Amino acid sequence: MKKVLAVTLFFLTFPFLAKAQETNKFGAGEIHGNFQMMAQNYLVDSTIGAKEVSEKIRMNSFANLNYTNGNFKAGMRYESYEKALLGFDPRYNGSDITYRYATYTNDDLEFTIGNFYEQFGSGLIFRSYEERGLGIDNAMDGIRVKYKPTAGVYLKSIIGKQRFYFAKGEGIVRGLDAEFNLNEILSGFLPEFNSEKAHYTYILGGSMVGKYQADNDPIRILPENVAAFAGRFNFISDKFNFYTEYAYKINDPSLTNGFIYKKGEALFVSANYSVKGFSLSASAKRVDNMDFRSDRNADVNNLTMSFLPAISKQHTYALPAFYPYATQPLGEIGEQFELSYNFKKGSKLGGKYGTLVTINFSNANNLDTTQTGNEQGYTAAFFRKGETLLYRDLNIEVVKKISPKLKTTYTYMYQVFNKDRVQNVSGYGTVFANIAVFEMQYKINSKNTFRAELQSMRTKQDFGDWAVALAEYTVSPHWFFAALDQYNYGNAIAEKRAHYYSGSFGYTKNATRFIVGYGKQREGYLCVGGVCRLIPASYGLSLSISSTF
Amino acid sequence: MKAKKITLLFLFICIVFSVNAQNKIPAVNVKTIDGATFNTANMVNDGKPIIIDFWATWCKPCVQELSAITDLYEDWQKVTGVKIYAVSIDDARNSARVKPFVNTRGWEYEILLDPNADLKRAMNVGDIPHTFLINGKGEIVFQHAGYAPGDENELYEKLLGCINPDVK
Repeated sequence: MKKVLAVTLFFLTFPFLAKAQETNKFGAGEIHGNFQMMAQNYLVDSTIGAKEVSEKIRMNSFANLNYTNGNFKAGMRYESYEKALLGFDPRYNGSDITYRYATYTNDDLEFTIGNFYEQFGSGLIFRSYEERGLGIDNAMDGIRVKYKPTAGVYLKSIIGKQRFYFAKGEGIVRGLDAEFNLNEILSGFLPEFNSEKAHYTYILGGSMVGKYQADNDPIRILPENVAAFAGRFNFISDKFNFYTEYAYKINDPSLTNGFIYKKGEALFVSANYSVKGFSLSASAKRVDNMDFRSDRNADVNNLTMSFLPAISKQHTYALPAFYPYATQPLGEIGEQFELSYNFKKGSKLGGKYGTLVTINFSNANNLDTTQTGNEQGYTAAFFRKGETLLYRDLNIEVVKKISPKLKTTYTYMYQVFNKDRVQNVSGYGTVFANIAVFEMQYKINSKNTFRAELQSMRTKQDFGDWAVALAEYTVSPHWFFAALDQYNYGNAIAEKRAHYYSGSFGYTKNATRFIVGYGKQREGYLCVGGVCRLIPASYGLSLSISSTF
Repeated sequence: MKAKKITLLFLFICIVFSVNAQNKIPAVNVKTIDGATFNTANMVNDGKPIIIDFWATWCKPCVQELSAITDLYEDWQKVTGVKIYAVSIDDARNSARVKPFVNTRGWEYEILLDPNADLKRAMNVGDIPHTFLINGKGEIVFQHAGYAPGDENELYEKLLGCINPDVK
């Protein structure tokens, strides 16, 4: 009660104070926000496994409001899940204000009270973020200060607790991050380091994150404070970019690692070379016992502090994304290469309008480990791969414009997916799949466009063969109509050879969109960045509305 | 407790709706493709219009939109002096891919990186692509969510409208 009153008072007075001081400079403030809702009606379909939902209709929605006045910002988000759509954790059921903050900035100093999102480096030891579509939100609730003491030096410090559905996690998270842009620092004394003159940039960074959680375990003696450290280096020139980050975590027995006391570490290296029309890139990653959460008893996507995305290519077509890889935070070693070349207009392979070819390869194995039989759990060789292949993906994409109206894309992909290990299930083994996708887009006139996709996946494992057909018609700038059929024609069980058809249309005006859909959704993983969520099979009518104002 | 929070929400709405709504780009730190920290308050174009386009390497309609505009960009610049900031929201998985991706396609936009969606959030963007048009005074005059081929024509009309308010 007192807390709410204090917050209200703060929200009430601060803008006016800020305004009183800055009236001449800023005048009145601005209010903006967005709104989004997604409702779905659920029907039963035994062939695809769509079960009865007693509420018949469920809805997720939220609205953000942000107020800005000069150097002052404040905002909040209201979320409502009555009840949460299938596939979202039932702990989301309910409605409440889940996010509220106030921020004040002057040239070199910024402080935030309340909720905030933050990332240190590439996020190996700390990333607080949201993926609303996946139901992921580990927002911090506490205090953040950012300070730039001198040119090229950026400091951040954070303290608080992470969001856990409509509550907060138990652990207290504290962190510090420093980044040094050497060119910005040195160009004050040595003009040749000015990045425009030097044509290259050096950036160094380091961070330190700790969590505190009381040890209430009756048997084990658990570390109440767990610290993690990370260092990073980035070299950038016109054509070349090199980035590396290493992270280290002290012993952190947790539910996900089986309460072992081994230290954790992660290494990420990426390099690329690119000029106009050509690029070559490579990256590698090694992760060893690096699942870092602010509560040692948390699991699935809850209360994560470390962000360890897969380095494999993120596919967007339905069938190439059928078996999405997600990093194994307890241990993996992987690499990725990509070559991209744009055959010029008028060349032999480029034709009249040019041809873009991209070849991508990625691979992930487990670590080469030896069980120690004690509380350390295991030891792992640093540079040697384990024998178990987790994921492999070789894909080629060719984008070819045939005429000003007709554009085509051809994709071929070979994928190996260790379903048991990646999705933590048993009895499925490893899936070997050959996938081909053809896409064409035909622009009828300046407003009307027809687009179609044909996809095929051949595999002897899991659900067997699939075919997908999609047709889409758009009328710029307002309308779209789409029809989709996903056909599991190769399923080993004859009665499961189902068609998952759906249709949808949408209307867009400026920043407001309405989409209505009807049909069958197959069970599958929806992934964004490094994390995935299992969506159960469903059948019915859906409506989504989103607007930015 | 819940009732108090609702009261708080209404109070907040009352305060903020009592002010005039203008439309300025919020000041947020993002990164340039050369690793430098860039404050979006410095998005200026000598009194000429600016387009901000939120995209990601994995977003097909975003890439379609930016590819369609790339063929027209030179003409748009000649006529209106517009500058396009293409803000990538690729996270750590893909942010190293952005520069090679842009170079291979020969895009001439100002590329910014927003890996933790700070600018996206500050501009209240939901799904991408999402495009903003800012006039010479720094005011947001038009925004559009999603992309269908041909949407670039509507954007260009709005762009012409904002350099010459008589043209509709």
